[in-house]
Amino acid sequence: MRDRLIERILLLAAISAVSMLALITIFIFREGLPVLVDYGPLAFITGTTWAPSQGEFGVLPMIAGSVVVTIGALMIGLPLGLACAVTLAEMAPPRVRIVLKPTIELLAGIPSVVYGFIGMEVLVPFIRNTPMLGGPGYSALAASIILAIMVLPTIIGISIDAIEAVPRSYREGSYALGATQWQTIVGVVLPAARSGVVAGVILGMGRAVGETMAVIMVAGNSVQIPHSVLSPVRTLTANIALEMGYASGAHAQALFATGIVLFVISLGLNAIAGRVRDRKRVTVAAPVATSGAEARAELLGVEPIRAPELGGLR
Amino acid sequence: MNVPTSATPRAWIGSRTAQQLARVALWGATTLTVGVLIFIIVFVMQRGLGAISWSFLTDNPQHSGAEGGIFPTIVSTLYVTLAAVLVATPLGLGAAIYLAEYTTETRLSGIIRRGTESLAGIPSIIFGLFGFAFFVTALGMGWSILSGGLTLGAMILPTIIRTSEEALRAVPREYRHVAQSLGASKWEAIRSVVLPVSAPGVMTGIVLGIGRAVSETAAVIFTAGVALRTPTSVFDSARTMSVHFYTLTMEGISDEKAYGTAAVLVVTILLINVAAYSLMHRFTRSLR
Repeated sequence: MRDRLIERILLLAAISAVSMLALITIFIFREGLPVLVDYGPLAFITGTTWAPSQGEFGVLPMIAGSVVVTIGALMIGLPLGLACAVTLAEMAPPRVRIVLKPTIELLAGIPSVVYGFIGMEVLVPFIRNTPMLGGPGYSALAASIILAIMVLPTIIGISIDAIEAVPRSYREGSYALGATQWQTIVGVVLPAARSGVVAGVILGMGRAVGETMAVIMVAGNSVQIPHSVLSPVRTLTANIALEMGYASGAHAQALFATGIVLFVISLGLNAIAGRVRDRKRVTVAAPVATSGAEARAELLGVEPIRAPELGGLR
Repeated sequence: MNVPTSATPRAWIGSRTAQQLARVALWGATTLTVGVLIFIIVFVMQRGLGAISWSFLTDNPQHSGAEGGIFPTIVSTLYVTLAAVLVATPLGLGAAIYLAEYTTETRLSGIIRRGTESLAGIPSIIFGLFGFAFFVTALGMGWSILSGGLTLGAMILPTIIRTSEEALRAVPREYRHVAQSLGASKWEAIRSVVLPVSAPGVMTGIVLGIGRAVSETAAVIFTAGVALRTPTSVFDSARTMSVHFYTLTMEGISDEKAYGTAAVLVVTILLINVAAYSLMHRFTRSLR
């Protein structure tokens, strides 16, 4: 009897997160939908003029801004993050790993305002004063670099998990065929860990799209479709945070409508990452260990072992 | 098997040279990443530690923070974070116990899991918008510690659920069986055996949640407000350290005070992370 009651109470707690999600959805839409409907959803998303005082609410420049800084962040963060994940999972001795892994996790803990501040103090002047770059410094490039650093822990953490989930026999199969460690990583380990890495990248994208304070501090925030990486941009998040303090009426509703766009993008990315991860579980469960390793090594184009090469086996 | 040819397409450099180059590049990237982190910490400390003194921590700010200390923002951060933890811990732990102990993979648990994951992926500015529309406006709590704490509580809920569930699942099945074979009911076994064993793991989640709450800006600025006074009740508006730091830099009030506040923030976050890590370490060792 008592156990039943406790189970009920725990169930209530368990649905708290889902209820919270529902509440957030309801309130964001309740506040933002009127202006979205009045102005026309298509006009809202494809309009290029954002002039709240004249009732013009086109958020295309902000969508473009978010897309540009996110792509930029991934172009820098993905190779760097993947390299770190491979090093930590495949190359680093355990003792080094034990120090480096929590150190990199620490990057995730640093407040975004501090990242933004460092960006303002170091990165923006650097971009402004470098002859090859120039411009105002407050730019899509600055935002991309800061975001790249901020999404690193997400990409690295999830990629390490994915790489570690690749069965050892895959690597052994590859080494047995005479592949070097690098050939094994590129030809066997990374393809096998692909879905996990992709999930990490998508979650990193979600973080980059959703980041607010650090971006506001370095991106320049002018409402324009960026024509180069050195132009100032305003992201969806920045649009909300910059104007929320003084907006009222339709203007405030338009900010909530901006929130709807952001909300839908975030949930979408999250759902895709979840899908990709679920697919991984299925492939790993499939009993393909040895034959899989052989197949992969074959794909890799490793030459079959000949007698004289045996000495070179790792 | 393919017929072996002496020159495979990628043989433009020897496989051993490629291995050496890759090694250098990979370690280079890792060094760069760690270097960036060290640079950030050293940069903030070098410029900020000088501004920190006892009076900086215990004095009230003057002229919007251009002079004086940051005492009210420290108190506000503590209150808002405490409120968030008080809201999120019972809910998060309860949810984790339900997911780990009371359910198998059913449709309902699938929905709960998906919902929790989605909540974790929502940008903090959306939490800020929601908190403003719901707690501040609809429930009439105004800009207050309560509104800020509830908003942050919702935000750190997924962290606490996930970490606690992992901690509970890490406790070996036998512990429960032994307790129940000694006559304990399911709940008694959980309460007196599973929870104490998993406590450090659960604490890790709570500490990580505290870290997120302390460093958050976007979600609190529109819910707890920006009042620069020491709050005396949960209905008072409060400015946390992160928000204060943001205001100092964006309005160009004082570089010195901004660096000082940043240093306090970073030291706090470092301590929180060390605490989380050592708790996790203790937990994994205790189960070995």
